Amino acid sequence: MAGRTADMLGGARRSIPVIVAVAPFGLLYGALAVHGGLTIFQTVLMSVTIFAGASQLVGIELFGQTIAPWVIVLSIFAVNFRHVLYSAALGRRIASYSSLQKAIAFFFLTDPQYAEAEQAAEGGRAVSFAWYMGLAMPIYAFWIAEAAIGALFGGLIRDPHALGIDFLLPIYFLGLVMSFRKRPNWLPVVAASAAGSILAFRLVGSPWHVSIGALAGIAVGCLMGGGSAAALAVEGERV
Amino acid sequence: MSNATTIWIIVAAAVLTYLTRIGGHLVLSRLDRVHPRAEAALDAVPAAVLTTLVAPEAIQGGAPGLAALAVAALVALRFGLLPTFLAGGAVIVGLRLAGF
Repeated sequence: MAGRTADMLGGARRSIPVIVAVAPFGLLYGALAVHGGLTIFQTVLMSVTIFAGASQLVGIELFGQTIAPWVIVLSIFAVNFRHVLYSAALGRRIASYSSLQKAIAFFFLTDPQYAEAEQAAEGGRAVSFAWYMGLAMPIYAFWIAEAAIGALFGGLIRDPHALGIDFLLPIYFLGLVMSFRKRPNWLPVVAASAAGSILAFRLVGSPWHVSIGALAGIAVGCLMGGGSAAALAVEGERV
Repeated sequence: MSNATTIWIIVAAAVLTYLTRIGGHLVLSRLDRVHPRAEAALDAVPAAVLTTLVAPEAIQGGAPGLAALAVAALVALRFGLLPTFLAGGAVIVGLRLAGF
């Protein structure tokens, strides 16, 4: 029991930088959602049930236009399609979970959740269910609270571009990319993924550039093959 | 758009989002054995997916965006995630407030 509590607290400790980095978006999402005509209930419901920031922002953008409902649903699905890849890769790390624990864990599989779980596994630490939920629950709770606060005090964020808020998430994701830099084939994978996503962004358009670029990087990783990532921990305890 | 329609869109999107989060595992877990090549492909997933969330933004963010990402990448070589994020964030917010 003590081990489980320690695991949960360990996960919660790892949630702090995630919460700091994601907070501006949670607030921005809430503000833009009510600005775009959603009620506070709808705004919060989206954060509770979808729990995927980029897709929620795309969704509220489309709610404001006269668009068929299925197109909005499909757009949110397209933005979230990258999770299929996280899901496939995470299974190896949580093989010891019960079916119910897996079903719960996958609900909370956001970008930072996935990156943290991969890093923990890379560092040779067991990704226990207690640790996983200790990480997930604070992130989830803050995400929901930020939607509500943003919705209530939305007027406070007048110009996200002027404040650079729109660019904070790419910076955060770059930090996550860098944290995997000791993995085999990291540089070729990143290069292929960057080139693929930029080309696809220009030629095909958003959000498909994410899946196309990711597949380019994964193909390079697959072709080059090579050693197990497990022994090559980078970050470990660094926060 | 009526309240009910909006609620249904949110619920449908939530169900599909959950399917993306569990679907990859459900498909892969049907395989008895994961080939070493597939293992290497899965090892590439974090860098491959996360890079696509940065690269197009980098070429669209202009000089302030590139400066912020460059500073963040340098800080990441020595420090952890939070200092990296705060350093890059300080650069972009500072440059934007300064009118760049």
